[in-house]
Amino acid sequence: MLIESVNIFLLALLAVTAIAAVRLRDLFAVAMMFGIYSLLAAVMFVLLDAVDVAFTEAAVGVGISTVLMLGTIGLVGRYERGSVRSSLLPLTVVVATGATLIYGTLDMPHFGDPTAPVHQHVAPAYITESPQQTGIPNVVTSILASYRGYDTLGELAVIFTAGVGVLALLGLRRRKRPGKEGVGQ
Amino acid sequence: MIDNPVLRIIAKIIIPMILLFALYVQFHGDFGPGGGFQAGVIFAAGFILYGLVFGTEALRSAVPPAALRLLTAFGLLLFAGVGAVTMLAGSDYLAYNALAHDPVAGQHLGILIVEFGVGVTVSAVMITIFLAFAGRNDP
Repeated sequence: MLIESVNIFLLALLAVTAIAAVRLRDLFAVAMMFGIYSLLAAVMFVLLDAVDVAFTEAAVGVGISTVLMLGTIGLVGRYERGSVRSSLLPLTVVVATGATLIYGTLDMPHFGDPTAPVHQHVAPAYITESPQQTGIPNVVTSILASYRGYDTLGELAVIFTAGVGVLALLGLRRRKRPGKEGVGQ
Repeated sequence: MIDNPVLRIIAKIIIPMILLFALYVQFHGDFGPGGGFQAGVIFAAGFILYGLVFGTEALRSAVPPAALRLLTAFGLLLFAGVGAVTMLAGSDYLAYNALAHDPVAGQHLGILIVEFGVGVTVSAVMITIFLAFAGRNDP
């Protein structure tokens, strides 16, 4: 009973933070709201026993991406201009998409249902056999690095590509172009 | 921000702790929560804090961008290279059992190496992205 009330409290705070982030025009405050949102999400992941995910969310969502958003605000200015266009069409699209997604979840197994297909396939084998096969107590690490090594290699390639993409767009600014004094510095 | 003595001193105290904690998360990921992704981000956070307090120029002289670019590629190549080594040892790509005589020891070694590769690339990319964003307004 206690855990349900904590969950409801956290989800309510998540909703309040999200609405505040949408309504605010001060982008510095919006960046802080996103940081708070990530922190609340990390707490939710801890309550769901997903400590590794919570760790990532706290480090990336609260730490790095807040700093990157602040860096971007330093480049583009602090205040958002109010939109003059009507928000009716975007609202309709968002509500319709959200309703479709919620309709789609009705067919899914209940949260935490032990008979759900996702808990019947390879997961029991991983949980029972991974300590003997890999000698590693943390089953998350052995799945991530060994059983799902291809996926993790792909994820690392995605991060590598992101770094290369940012460098191609924003980095490598030191090269002076002849005839364009001061540009790109 | 460089003039603020409180920020400077607190940063100097906690940056080594952040880096040490990142190394703990990196090499203790087998036993507790954590691993290469988390450790890389925490390690980068230490350097980013240094860049925030002391300026991006100081961060650039601490970790040269050329070294960061090398490390970015090195981590990914290390991960992919482990797969090549297991293939040369006569097994499948990324099948760590072939890395040692004992399959469990091979798994352990392989996981340790690929997690290290993940950590190196993630931290190098994070610092690179921070420098690319925060260093734009430098004179």
